[in-house]
Amino acid sequence: MSVIEARQLEKTYVAGDITVNAIRKVDFTIEPASFVSFIGPSGSGKSTLLNMIGALDPPTSGTLNVVGQEITTLNRKDAATFRGDNIGFVFQDFNLIPVLTVFENVEYPLLMVQNWPKEKRRTRVLDMLEAVGMADQANKYPSQISGGQKQRVAVARALVTNAKLVLADEPTANLDRETANKIITLMKRMRDEFKTTFIFSTHDPKIVQNVETTFTLEDGKIITSNNNAGGSHV
Amino acid sequence: MFNIIKLATRNLQRYKRRTFLTSMLITLGVVAVLLFISVSGSFKAMMIGQITDSMLGHMQIHKKGYLASVDSLPLNRNLNAKQINKVKEILGAEESIEAYSMRIKLGAMFSNFTETTNIRLNAVLPKEELGAAPLLTDRIIDGEKEGLIEKGEILVPELIAKGMKVNVGDTIVLVANNKDGSVNGQTFIVRGILEGISGPGGRDGMIHLDDAKSLLRMDEPEISEIAIRLKNIDQLPAVFAKMKTELESLKNKDDKPIFEVHTWEKISPFFNIAKMIDLMTLFIKIMLVAIVLVSIMNVMIMAVYERINEIGTISAIGTSPGKILGLFIIEGFLLGVLGTFIGVAISLISITAMNASQISFDFGRQTGLMLSPTISAGEVITVALIVIGISVAASLQPAYKASKMDPITALRHV
Ligand SMILES: Nc1ncnc2c1ncn2[C@@H]1O[C@H](COP(=O)(O)OP(=O)(O)OP(=O)(O)O)[C@@H](O)[C@H]1O
Ligand SMILES: [Mg+2]
Repeated sequence: MSVIEARQLEKTYVAGDITVNAIRKVDFTIEPASFVSFIGPSGSGKSTLLNMIGALDPPTSGTLNVVGQEITTLNRKDAATFRGDNIGFVFQDFNLIPVLTVFENVEYPLLMVQNWPKEKRRTRVLDMLEAVGMADQANKYPSQISGGQKQRVAVARALVTNAKLVLADEPTANLDRETANKIITLMKRMRDEFKTTFIFSTHDPKIVQNVETTFTLEDGKIITSNNNAGGSHV
Repeated sequence: MFNIIKLATRNLQRYKRRTFLTSMLITLGVVAVLLFISVSGSFKAMMIGQITDSMLGHMQIHKKGYLASVDSLPLNRNLNAKQINKVKEILGAEESIEAYSMRIKLGAMFSNFTETTNIRLNAVLPKEELGAAPLLTDRIIDGEKEGLIEKGEILVPELIAKGMKVNVGDTIVLVANNKDGSVNGQTFIVRGILEGISGPGGRDGMIHLDDAKSLLRMDEPEISEIAIRLKNIDQLPAVFAKMKTELESLKNKDDKPIFEVHTWEKISPFFNIAKMIDLMTLFIKIMLVAIVLVSIMNVMIMAVYERINEIGTISAIGTSPGKILGLFIIEGFLLGVLGTFIGVAISLISITAMNASQISFDFGRQTGLMLSPTISAGEVITVALIVIGISVAASLQPAYKASKMDPITALRHV
């Protein structure tokens, strides 16, 4: 079964007299454990699409099935629960909580969203920090580590709950090319290790060279889908 | 829950100076209120104690209309034997009454054989009077305190003693008109000097009840005033209401009430001062509420605004709106608790210090009254609960706003 199945998915923003067709009736499916990127120029609808998949923004019409659940009709609270249970997020600006240490940031979803017991939590967080190579920085605060390191922590936080799907909207936009490549490599390795589906967006074509599936968006439509490894298709 | 508290604490620590200033503002308010309550409360209690225990008693009974014309000390408005017995019967049956004293109030001429002046007198039975006004002996500033007064003796008010230059042991003459207008004189030995206190009757002298009877040539027993002391002053409203209905329902031939009953509050002007103190306490409390409300609300609105991006993040990764609400409410709550805690601590230390340093003050003609402020646990808890409650209330709106934030909008906020 596909991890994502979108049919005639449409998003229209209405602001006063102006309507923007951010996503125009797109169809696509994404298979479990795939490594997918959405690429396209600014304003093409990448963020809009990722936000819909992440149950942050309801579609205007169409159906959207994510990890086996139709999410178009979720209310605010159920959407939050759905996100907490199934989806990890990695943000462009890292978005770590400044008053919490690296360890506590990764622990946050287990503590505040999923209620894991203390010992289990500790082991899991240390495992994840180990996996992203940040175990030795566990007690530092976000202000004491570099951007690339912050994004590693963010990846650990996204994966810590055993999310089935990690969404990363422009996760490398604030990083230099070398660091960006390392983060992409890290995410791919995490996919291999944890069998989590990774979907990220970027407007930088150089980043997506070793990505398996690339959807190219333009003006709210998927214009090409380049499949290096199979698994996902329009 | 514990995690929310931890996170809220961290966020408060993040802006140390702001947290410090806000909680100090609350502390200041709490200290002001608690000190005011304790100082004014002890002043009030002391003054009430003074007035009731050394002069008025808690409650007084007169013949109807007596109090309205008390300035002329009218002898024709005394209670007669039958009426006295009726009152005795009713008072005797009332459990909560500790003692009562029957007094004749009279005006007389006071002569030291060279000069003459007017004097107002209370004539009492010493045992009864000491039961109704136990602190009366404290007002005897010169002379024997024990036993209060005996037949043939007079307690002279301080001012007259000074003005007429009489001392303990001197002989003086009292000349009085009785009800019918005939004049009678009698000599007395000055037993003591009575300190004046503020309020009605505070500068009256005192003689034995039997002397008043012979001076005024009364054949029948007569009484102008009955002062009553309760076992517990807190019962005053209840006992007063009961006495009032019982006594004022007794009517004369013309169907008019025979008796009138008053509490000390009605008789002493100090009651209005006491009421004013209560009113000021209320105003200060309202100001405290306003301070807490405005300062916490201000800080919490700022906290939410500064953290929009963070709210977006935690909301996106699945934190429920309820937890976000809780996070900000707890933050306001903790701020209130911190300010209150420090405020209560400072207040209690100050109250202890004030007691230790023995601050004295003057009120009216009384000097050297000792201020011994106290505060009940109940008052402290009430003020603390008000402040903490208001802190939570002030955080509600900002917290609600945070919990309702759309994660995408919040994440896009810079
Ligand atoms: N809340 C909104 N209200 C109105 N229009 C919106 C809103 N969000 C996005 N849009 C519009 O929808 C279109 C797609 O926006 P989107 O943010 O998805 O693009 P993007 O591909 O992520 O661009 P970028 O690379 O700049 O992040 C744009 O024209 C944008 O102006
Ligand atoms: Mg975007």
